[in-house]
Amino acid sequence: MRMPWIIDARTSNSRLVPIIAPLAAVIVTVVSGLVLMSFLGVEPGKALYQLFIAPLSTAFNVSEVLLKATPLLLIAQGLAIGFRAKIWNIGAEGQLILGAIGGSLLPIWFNDSQNVLMLPAMIVVGTCCGMAWAAIAAALRTRFNANEILVTLMLNSIALQLLYYLVAGPLRDPFGFNFPQSALFPDVAMLPTLFGGARVNAGLFVAIGLSLVAWFFVERSMVGYKLQVGGVAPHAARYAGFSEKRAVWLSLLIGGAAAGMAGVFEVAGPLGQLQRVVSPGYGFAAIIVAFLGGLNAIGILFAAFFMAVIYVGGDIAQASAGVPYAVNSVLQGILLITYIAARLFVDYRVRPRRAISTMAVS
Amino acid sequence: MDWLAFLLSGTVLAATPLLIAALGELIAEKSGVLNLSVEGMMALGAAIGFIVVAESGSHWLAILAGGLASAGLAAIFAFVVLVTLGNQVATGIAVGILGVGLAGLIGKPYESMTVPPMARVPLPLLSDIPIIGPGLFNQPLLVYLAPLLAAALWWMFKHSKVGLVIRAVGESPESAHAVGYDVVGIRFLAVVTGGLFAGIAGAFISVASTTLWSDGMIAGRGWIVVALVVFAMWRVERVVIGAYLFGAATIAELLVQSAGIAAPSQLLTSIPYIATIIAIALLSMDGKRIRLNAPVSLGRVYNGAQ
Repeated sequence: MRMPWIIDARTSNSRLVPIIAPLAAVIVTVVSGLVLMSFLGVEPGKALYQLFIAPLSTAFNVSEVLLKATPLLLIAQGLAIGFRAKIWNIGAEGQLILGAIGGSLLPIWFNDSQNVLMLPAMIVVGTCCGMAWAAIAAALRTRFNANEILVTLMLNSIALQLLYYLVAGPLRDPFGFNFPQSALFPDVAMLPTLFGGARVNAGLFVAIGLSLVAWFFVERSMVGYKLQVGGVAPHAARYAGFSEKRAVWLSLLIGGAAAGMAGVFEVAGPLGQLQRVVSPGYGFAAIIVAFLGGLNAIGILFAAFFMAVIYVGGDIAQASAGVPYAVNSVLQGILLITYIAARLFVDYRVRPRRAISTMAVS
Repeated sequence: MDWLAFLLSGTVLAATPLLIAALGELIAEKSGVLNLSVEGMMALGAAIGFIVVAESGSHWLAILAGGLASAGLAAIFAFVVLVTLGNQVATGIAVGILGVGLAGLIGKPYESMTVPPMARVPLPLLSDIPIIGPGLFNQPLLVYLAPLLAAALWWMFKHSKVGLVIRAVGESPESAHAVGYDVVGIRFLAVVTGGLFAGIAGAFISVASTTLWSDGMIAGRGWIVVALVVFAMWRVERVVIGAYLFGAATIAELLVQSAGIAAPSQLLTSIPYIATIIAIALLSMDGKRIRLNAPVSLGRVYNGAQ
């Protein structure tokens, strides 16, 4: 195929262009959402309202958006650090599940505890569990050269089975009529909510705070710089003595820690117990959030918020118009696909082929 | 049918879609494109296939429609990575999520419905052999066609010009371009062919092996397919061996239960995933072998068609 245009890598970044790609992706996603909904028998005006306006129309809905933005934000920040180093951790979903399991152990075992150290201890245990799960992939990659994409993916499926096993047996509520779920957590194990009647909790502030830490780590620290060089120019990184193994370990452990913490925040927040379903695909959606935010800590803040709107909009459409939940996945897929396609104009200069002869002279 | 024949039958029924989809992924990867959207392509193929059988009753039409739908999805993937030079990992994940979502959306009205399974075609004489006859030679036609397809692709990559060109494009797109081959066009066709195979495999699952529609019925098999190609070191004959081994691993649950060993079902369900991790780790240990066997330009953005 001979393309009717010429594509050159950009040598300098324009200030405005990086905003165009996510904007284009958002517009295409909104339009496809409307087209999709009209196929499902919802008229465009109503669809636009349900999917994208209703989530922001009442204080409660906004609080739900913020609730769902919390894990997306947290996980995406962790993943983006690895993705910049071209370490492909696709296992955030499994790491989140391990975080939820680890975070549930203490409140299940000490179910009538009044100790105020409960919540901090849960966060530590859950975060470590998420890291440990990611560490399997890091160890296999550094010792056996095993591809981390495949290993983290397989670990997702194994984590899910582990969760099913635990809630059906060892961690099941003994007084729960054999339902596959744990006992409800005591009050000291729950994240404080931000205002009465809403489910959004203190986890949001932690996620925003850690976003700032992530920004500093990537943009201002030496370790973050080394990671990035490893991703952009592996040969240069090796020549400069930046260890690839260290990059693999750091990327996966940071990603695993963030996802593990997000898992704790789910069980200690909206769920209040360990269940068979601890995440509606946050681990995968966060991959989209990371890319949509340009792998940039500030960009990810906006991307997580928009993705959370899609989640809540999907819920509202499901409740009020009976639209299948799968609409969420479809819109998420379209969002990332159009973003990647639009990146062409950010990373490259695209010129019509006719102009080349005159350009070549100058 | 005694239990050994039942296990053999279960193995080939589970292995056939893995084999067909993995052969498709192999073609794409040989041309230098890593397509991680297999899970989504198989899911879409399964959904379309199921709907076509439910509405028309024709299993072959279902297989065809499933294949074409996934080929269309693969074309979207190919456009983004080849024309707009998108990152192959991220694009694959995005298209995969889209495929799974579309399958859930169009399959919604058919949730928990069943369709009659594809007709079995007993092979004359062979199907009369005790145990392996009913186990291996009384199956839907595609079960026999899949290894033949593998043989054809083995020949293609080894002895035909088409195979040589696909490999050249995957090994060194710059050289292939320099001698006049259309790198982007060839890769596009390779990826779309891979999508066609993935869709056929997905449709096989929903209309021949598990004929009850439920959202998420592909259940990670697409990812096992991607692993299978690495496991096979990009060789057709090893894809075949791997597919049947994994087919056997996915029915290990039945095997263990029939042997009367008590183990949690979740552990048994995890066996194929654990096996994949171990296999990938053992095979990758020798980094040189991976580097020698993997298509050199696999996963890399190619922008040489100026």
